[in-house]
Amino acid sequence: MSIRIYVPCDSSAISLGANRVAKAITLEAQRRGIAIDLVRNGSRGLFWLEPLIEIETPAGRIAYGPVQVSNVSALFDADFHHGGAHKLALGLTEELHYLKRQQRLTFARAGKTDPVNLDDYIKHDGYRGLQNALKLAPQDIVKAVTDSGLRGRGGAAFPTGIKWNTVLNTPAEQKYILCNADEGDSGTFSDRMVMEGDPFVLIEGMTIAGLTVGANQGYIYLRVEYPHAHKALNTAIDKAYAAGYLGNNILSSGKTFHLEVRLGAGAYICGEETSLMESLEGKRGLVRFKPPLPAVKGLFGQPTVVNNVISLASVPIILDKGGDYYRDFGMGRSRGTLPLQLAGNLKHTGLVELAFGTTLRELLYDFGGGSASGRPIKAVQVGGPLGAYLPESQFDTPLDYEAFAAIWAVLGHGGVVAFDDTVDMAEMARYSMAFCAIESCGKCTPCRIGSTRGTEVIDDIIKGRELNKNIPLLRDLCNTLLNGSLCALGGMTPYPVLSALNHFPEDFGITDEADAA
Amino acid sequence: MTNSCRSDAIIQEIITALKHKPGALLPILHAIQNALGYIPATGVPIIANMLNLSRAEIHGVISFYHYFRDTPPGKHTIHLCRAESCQAMGGKLLENHVKTKLGIDFHETTADDQFSLEPVYCLGNCACSPAMQIDGEIYGRVSAASFDASINELESLA
Repeated sequence: MSIRIYVPCDSSAISLGANRVAKAITLEAQRRGIAIDLVRNGSRGLFWLEPLIEIETPAGRIAYGPVQVSNVSALFDADFHHGGAHKLALGLTEELHYLKRQQRLTFARAGKTDPVNLDDYIKHDGYRGLQNALKLAPQDIVKAVTDSGLRGRGGAAFPTGIKWNTVLNTPAEQKYILCNADEGDSGTFSDRMVMEGDPFVLIEGMTIAGLTVGANQGYIYLRVEYPHAHKALNTAIDKAYAAGYLGNNILSSGKTFHLEVRLGAGAYICGEETSLMESLEGKRGLVRFKPPLPAVKGLFGQPTVVNNVISLASVPIILDKGGDYYRDFGMGRSRGTLPLQLAGNLKHTGLVELAFGTTLRELLYDFGGGSASGRPIKAVQVGGPLGAYLPESQFDTPLDYEAFAAIWAVLGHGGVVAFDDTVDMAEMARYSMAFCAIESCGKCTPCRIGSTRGTEVIDDIIKGRELNKNIPLLRDLCNTLLNGSLCALGGMTPYPVLSALNHFPEDFGITDEADAA
Repeated sequence: MTNSCRSDAIIQEIITALKHKPGALLPILHAIQNALGYIPATGVPIIANMLNLSRAEIHGVISFYHYFRDTPPGKHTIHLCRAESCQAMGGKLLENHVKTKLGIDFHETTADDQFSLEPVYCLGNCACSPAMQIDGEIYGRVSAASFDASINELESLA
């Protein structure tokens, strides 16, 4: 019998040489006359160990990593294909501490399966949610999603069930399901991992959403920076069509749902839902005024559910195991799990899916292993480029939407980027303003002009010019952005800027506490 | 047929194949850039005419999106990440090295037309910072040395 060897096809694993390793394993096995069955699985999300390859044994899957091409011959010598001992051997994958302590619901399958193998998906509990949904009335599906407590994982944390209910109750000939896969927030990659590592779960979630609200067309608006996700999604969609999971008569239910991937073109603002819809309609990605809400008047003027990848990918397990099952994870009003992404200067970067409530400190040190450089962690940006910078004194904050809001921070899409003590926070604040200027859609004045003026003011501050005038000026400008911008880009750029200023005034040349106030 | 006639024909073909789609403009622009490497100025009136839009609207869309370009790229396009996670892992130093090594700034192409350099704000490879993409292929934990090796490899294949 041939030996099954898993080498991830995740783009981060590929960026570390997974394709070369896969090729080297195939060639070496041929050379030695060993029959192998090489499976390109998704990533388990332990990126400091990638490329992490696994061998299927009677005892379970055994992991080796990080494997480079130069290790392959020695691994065969060590009989790794039967789980032999080698310095890169990590033991049973499921027993790896980093994985074992997680609560993987949305990422239950990621890394275990061949992402574009439909049989594999179904064997690992796939499409059970859809099967259940087909037996339920739309109102009951909405109830299950509402009961689960699921809130939009894109960052805004709006209750998904309420959004669906609005679209369900808005009569229209044509409705749409729109998946926001424009994962532009730096420091985040969970959407990418779902799309590359388990694309069927997103397709299933969108199909359920379509059946629920009466939408027969779905679009995935994917950022162009994700070519591997694009390929995986298109392959999975073709297979779902071929097997009757998409199309005009889904699983002989008489229900229709069509799905198409559309590519963005490198504009960060198109992750904002109304800008995204403009873009999908073939226009410049200018933010729309709200109301009308997209749920009432969205894509092409029709009622539209716009959900993030993780929100939609969490729906199948809710429909499979029930809203209560999902709601039992988490704390307060933050229910279920959040896939956190550990990035930047950390030893153990990767994907950590946990119930809400863990502290940032546990995440940074127990999971992240502290800084990669070995220096003290000075600041952590949570929630993407518009998220606040947190100093060490706030590391005990639990990961919970409300707890973060209480310290004027956001959880956002769950990205966690750590910086060691070599970072200059005034430079980071300047970067945030400059980023806003580059990515502003230009529709509203505070964002379009405020970001450019803000960059200039921070430049003056960095040069030490008239701090007593320029610091209040920066605060005043941030106040205008915060309250006067049309969307979250201008409205939240003050989060990283002011949090850097408030928590690290010394980096702005402020020595007297009174100046900082 | 001249080069420009040939590209006009390709553009017309692409538009004919895609114009039936709802919101067809972005798919059309992507297809043109995939085929030609950029969206030539001569294509703008063709698209405008065939989609019944104004040239200003087409130009507005092309110039709004960072990914679309109206000049031919070098043989290889390097997208270097400038976002926070990569900065936390020495991205700024790498950026300086890349610019010095290639002798160009962002949005420029080397004199021998080998490399174009573009900034990108996140490639979703933040667990393996700093990151870059060359011709759609992704690279993680890039160092000055590994960058040079990748560039030399591409040049040796030429």
